[in-house]
Amino acid sequence: MTLLDIAPTDTLPAPLPPVSPPPAATRRLAAGRRLRSTLATLGWALVGFAVVLAIWLLGAAKVPQLPTPGETFSTLRTLLEHPFYDNGPNDKGVGLRLVTSLQRVFLGFGLATLVGAPLGLAMGASRRAWRAANPVIQVLRPVSPLAWFPIWLVVFKDSANAAVWVIFITSLWPTLLNTAAGAAEVPEDQRDVARVFRFGRLAYLRHVLLPNTLPSTVTGLRLSMGTAWMVIVAVEMLAGGGKGLGSYVWEQYNALNLAAMVAAIVIIGVVGFVLDLAFLRLGRAVAIQEVTP
Amino acid sequence: MSLIVDAVRKQFVHRGSSQEVLRGVDLEVHPGELVALIGHSGCGKSTLLRAIGGLLPVDSGRISLDGEAVAAPGPDRAMVFQHYSLLPRLSLLDNVRHAVRAARPDWSRDQAEAAAERYLTAVGLWEHRGKRPSQVSGGMQQRTAVARAFAVEPRVLLLDEPFGALDALTRARLQAQLIDLWRSESDTEIVLMVTHGIDEAILLADRIVVMGNGPGPSVIDVISVDLPRPRDRVSVIDEPAYRAVQARLLELLMSEAAPDAAA
Repeated sequence: MTLLDIAPTDTLPAPLPPVSPPPAATRRLAAGRRLRSTLATLGWALVGFAVVLAIWLLGAAKVPQLPTPGETFSTLRTLLEHPFYDNGPNDKGVGLRLVTSLQRVFLGFGLATLVGAPLGLAMGASRRAWRAANPVIQVLRPVSPLAWFPIWLVVFKDSANAAVWVIFITSLWPTLLNTAAGAAEVPEDQRDVARVFRFGRLAYLRHVLLPNTLPSTVTGLRLSMGTAWMVIVAVEMLAGGGKGLGSYVWEQYNALNLAAMVAAIVIIGVVGFVLDLAFLRLGRAVAIQEVTP
Repeated sequence: MSLIVDAVRKQFVHRGSSQEVLRGVDLEVHPGELVALIGHSGCGKSTLLRAIGGLLPVDSGRISLDGEAVAAPGPDRAMVFQHYSLLPRLSLLDNVRHAVRAARPDWSRDQAEAAAERYLTAVGLWEHRGKRPSQVSGGMQQRTAVARAFAVEPRVLLLDEPFGALDALTRARLQAQLIDLWRSESDTEIVLMVTHGIDEAILLADRIVVMGNGPGPSVIDVISVDLPRPRDRVSVIDEPAYRAVQARLLELLMSEAAPDAAA
């Protein structure tokens, strides 16, 4: 996140076309500045990674069982050479594990979006719905999603399904609450416009409520996805069953294959980063361009 | 047949303390009139405008248009807000078009389209119709808001400090455009405009309602502006009538103690 936040965000189109194209010299200068800025961003990111690697090396020197970065990355390369091999239910490539985890996350996340976004919209738009739902949510939300695992296990009698529903619960709250907050904060002047011109329910929903809610809904989706990706690893460690990246991490630990375990953690981190990046992009795409007087 | 405000009262309660903003307001506006409401912040001029627009219920008294009580927004009254209030995701044309369709469900699609085109053209924005509010200047946004209000063909146009946020040159152009639209392009009969500007009020209005902060009555004075139309903004300031109204307004507004800026 930090790396991305430094990146320039201002992509608004200029309100008026420039009077004349800037001379080539000015353009070259601007391009040079951009290049320097990009290089600086990358350079400092490398400094950050170097510090972490140094700490890692130090830790690996003190605790001999821990794999060094070198061991880990050579294992990672081996793993990624045949990511999709399938030698029966208990021996699958790391790529297949990743696909399983992603499927579970997107299924649970998708269900949570289908429930959370409309419910949040209703909560934000109606005071009664807010009053009815908010207390329940505030009590349920602090419960660790993992605590739901046994409940879903009892309900579905299947750990794979239970894992999906744990992700559902995980993804529900941020989506729901952010959507509700967005829907509750429609600017008053836009509400006045809708009243003065007597917008019907549908027109209000389409032209006022939804456009104002969408950006915070996407923020909610981004938070949901971030937490869901963290929780899927934990719930798969709990669920076992030889599928998913979480159980992979746990199996490698039990097999004392620690280099593969840390390599899997690196994969988890990179995939989580890419997912977050995707939702950040989506958020920028739906952001309302501020109207400045 | 006219717009009548009769003994209207309105108080706001905020954290236990109440403030009566409208203290028995009486006002009668006739077709063909442009009336300006002027006064310091917090004097209730915007509150009165919103009440006439049907956005705000009053505590007592009655507001009526042609004898019919005003209780909710209606297509006979359109509003232009200070901060333009365009819907940010819609193009300029869609802003006008959707407002017309919503306010005039009885019109045919063609009729609504024609009204939108006519008034966007009248404010000179037809070629920019596809742009979003964030892509045009503040003046263009407010012209769109003016076109949107005229396009529903209201009998009463309510303007809440419409040009307050614009630079002086843009404001001058929009003032002229507003009068043009009102007098030659529309069937709108009454214009009611809240303003901070003394010169704006004299240049545009037939009558100026001066409002003050409590505890006295809300309406301190109603001043007629006897200047022939069309008024030329350059030469009009040399007219004795202009000078007289200006002096009277300054006197009233200066003697009225300005409340804290926080109001």
